[in-house]
Amino acid sequence: MTLRPRRAKSKLASSFRTPLWHRVAERTIALLALAAVLAIALIFVFIAREAVPMLWEAEFAEEVQIRDLFFAKEWRGYDEPVFVWQPVGEPAKFNVMPLFIGSLKVTLLAMLMSIPLGVGCAMFIALYAPRAVREVVKPAIELLASIPSVVLGFFALMVLASWAQATFGFHFRLNAVVAAIGLALTIVPVIFTISEDAIQSVPSTLTEAALALGARKYQVALRVVLPAAIPGIAAGVVLGFGRAIGETMIVLMASGNAAIMELFDFTTSVRTVTATIAAELGEVAQGDPHWRVLFLLGVMLFAVTFVLNILGDLFIQRLQKKLTAS
Amino acid sequence: MAIGAIKLRKAYKNHWVFLVLAGALLASSCTSGKLRHEGDDPKDSAQTRRAATLTIKGSDTMVILAQNWAQAFMDANPGKVIQVSGGGSGTGVAALINGTADLANASRPIKDKERKQLAKRRNVEAQEFRVALDSLAVYVPTANKIEALTIPQLKKIFRGQTTNWKDVGGEDKPIVLYSRENNSGTYAYFKEHVLDNEDFAATAQTLPGTAAVINAVSKDPGGIGYGGIAYAEGVRTVKVAPADRKPVEPTMENATSGKYPLSRFLNIYSAGEATGIAKDYLDFVLSDDGQQIVEGVGYYPLPKEATAAAE
Repeated sequence: MTLRPRRAKSKLASSFRTPLWHRVAERTIALLALAAVLAIALIFVFIAREAVPMLWEAEFAEEVQIRDLFFAKEWRGYDEPVFVWQPVGEPAKFNVMPLFIGSLKVTLLAMLMSIPLGVGCAMFIALYAPRAVREVVKPAIELLASIPSVVLGFFALMVLASWAQATFGFHFRLNAVVAAIGLALTIVPVIFTISEDAIQSVPSTLTEAALALGARKYQVALRVVLPAAIPGIAAGVVLGFGRAIGETMIVLMASGNAAIMELFDFTTSVRTVTATIAAELGEVAQGDPHWRVLFLLGVMLFAVTFVLNILGDLFIQRLQKKLTAS
Repeated sequence: MAIGAIKLRKAYKNHWVFLVLAGALLASSCTSGKLRHEGDDPKDSAQTRRAATLTIKGSDTMVILAQNWAQAFMDANPGKVIQVSGGGSGTGVAALINGTADLANASRPIKDKERKQLAKRRNVEAQEFRVALDSLAVYVPTANKIEALTIPQLKKIFRGQTTNWKDVGGEDKPIVLYSRENNSGTYAYFKEHVLDNEDFAATAQTLPGTAAVINAVSKDPGGIGYGGIAYAEGVRTVKVAPADRKPVEPTMENATSGKYPLSRFLNIYSAGEATGIAKDYLDFVLSDDGQQIVEGVGYYPLPKEATAAAE
């Protein structure tokens, strides 16, 4: 626009002075954009509003001590201090640690499976696959993203779980591994799609230069294309992580939902934060201590994903700067 | 913003874009207004509709039974509609308290706390109707040959203190526990009557619905679960013995006579006196026809004296 001849520009500007609807449309679009930000803020406020009264409410203090939400305690009937989530009972025990550990275990496992798969697929499709293969495989993977998670959950519950138990001899038929495989099916398309875009958009000058210098095809792929596409791939991974930790239906159906405090054994059944909220919120009376704790879980989940997203974003930005600078 | 503005200016000749946008906005506002209007207008019909519709929520144990009752009732009374959904006894009672259901199915008695909440929220008393008898059965896979378990053994198993079948006279195989979500009446009943209100083991997997528990147990050689008697398919029920007495099988006679230690009433709760369609439905449920359906589904009809007491 700056290169336009002066006369033409002024003529254009004069014919364009005050079309009202332009300004209205601009404002509307700006408002819509703001609405999204506002919605996020309001969601957070409203969730927090249900959780925060636990700090001063007498009804809450009578039943639950805030300290017991996070630390182990030796309850009646137990031989040692334990982290337990037993929200129905006398006394009700609301320790959130097993739930967060459950969520993190499933998410980590799902990421460990889907990052190599998603990125590997993306590299193959973008750099190696013949056209005919690409035109079948790419839509097929993307179709995976459109399968409702309840269907995947059912598949994991009925088919995967039996297969996994028969193959690996798990003690728990439904466990973190089964849920993570189910989850990976939803995350792979996310990581694949974004990674593939990132790899495709690596400038061909880079690859051509590398080839001209005598690099082999795999060297180009691993040492030139992959590093250049890393910011995009990282964005896909962050998005996939958000999807994984927030996913509810698959873990609700396939993880067994036992709130076990176990850090390292991934073959135990797990109860995730999201599944707990989904399974229990329908039953509690409003304002009940149980209700407040469930909203606290929501706030914490929100905070975790928010912080991780921001960190991921910062990381990607730094990477991009580094790459463009060199 | 700046980029958006430049792009807009580039497209300045295409007035039609804005016209179409504005048109779409107008159209959508018109249709939404019209819809709202339509929803509001026939007030009388909405009211009659509400009078002829009954919403029942609650126990997953009772959901098939309630669906059968509702179907039979609707066949006999054309024009009346009954909606039945599950979710758990706790969910049903919560819905009764919040006013989103007319009747609540519950496989456990209502709690004092819930009675108070109902009185406070809606200013009515909860009315209890015992509608059927159930034996809460303990399930193991068909391949498991264990004959009977005592209540104390069951408690130790579900508390997580007994972890191998050989400790209760079975094969050398780790025990895998299947339990229900904590909004379930069956869960609450089991916790009260078997675990003496202590906690289930953390390793107990919680599944939504008795059918899911049965399905899991049938596929898991070391599994054990519990649930309403009507669901026993593809699994074996174990005889249960009260502390120091003979093991009892969960049959109709043993449930009716009270010999089986885990037999319980299935209940329907209404907020205040049941009136209109709710009363008709409850009358039908307690009638001979209604009780026959109970048997058809796999639960036990009320013993005659209990029916008399309820009336």
